[in-house]
Amino acid sequence: MLPGILRCIRPVSTRLTLTRPLAHFTPQMAPDPSRPVEKAIRTKLTNSLKPDHLEVHNESHMHAVPPGSESHFRVLVVSSQFEGLKLIQRHRLVNEALKEELSSCVHALAIQAKTPEQWGSNPSLAKSPPCMGGSRGDHTVEEKLKAGRE
Amino acid sequence: MNSLIRSAARCLRSGPSVYAPVRADGRVWSAPARFLCSAADLQKDLGQMVKKDKVVVFMKGTPAQPMCGFSNAVVQILRMHGVDNYAAYNVLEDQDLRQGVKDFSNWPTIPQVYFNGEFVGGCDILLQMHQNGDLVDELKKLGIQSALLDAEKESK
Repeated sequence: MLPGILRCIRPVSTRLTLTRPLAHFTPQMAPDPSRPVEKAIRTKLTNSLKPDHLEVHNESHMHAVPPGSESHFRVLVVSSQFEGLKLIQRHRLVNEALKEELSSCVHALAIQAKTPEQWGSNPSLAKSPPCMGGSRGDHTVEEKLKAGRE
Repeated sequence: MNSLIRSAARCLRSGPSVYAPVRADGRVWSAPARFLCSAADLQKDLGQMVKKDKVVVFMKGTPAQPMCGFSNAVVQILRMHGVDNYAAYNVLEDQDLRQGVKDFSNWPTIPQVYFNGEFVGGCDILLQMHQNGDLVDELKKLGIQSALLDAEKESK
């Protein structure tokens, strides 16, 4: 329908359809014990949504926060529990599963929520837009980072 | 004490801002002119704010100067579709608003987009709607003709 046209309308520099193909297809990446928030996100999403495929990416290094932070994440969840649900309902399920993290240390969460069928026809991870520095000097982010470290 | 003064200042401000090229200040919500504004008042005001304009965005920064990549993505998408006249509220200016809108929408992150008083979602959802063509349809329901439709006609 329109998607092809929408993508071609603007020059590459303003394109927003940022995707990259997957380099691997492992169902779950090995959790890093030194990253407790990432581990918690992975565990909670696995338990609540029983995903066929799950990716949890810490994107904090792309933002104006100290190295080693666990404040900005991108998750890709492929689950049959999303069948028949609108996007917003799917995202609310993910938000609900990660309620504790989102109210404490996680400042930003980018979500892709696909059904197994959608994943099969388009197995790609979207890319986050470049940071514009909003977290720099943002005391609520500093508080969240502190909360994550405690 | 400072929060008291801030609350008072906030209450005395005039109406919410509408983004337009000539007005770059993303001023925040207004409350009835009373000295102290409670969280309940904010929730009530938010209820009015999201209905006051067809398209309402709670974001970091302003459309002229977004302070977050995700907020900027929302601004860019709306701009692509020719949606220039919308209400944009800068949550970085007001921490009560920032938390208040999260409670109101029951949504943990910023940006947040409302169409006709109904919560649409954040950056991810708006982007997917843009990619799959749903956004053009939703704007049509609001009585807004997407600029991309005009561009498509011209290219034929």
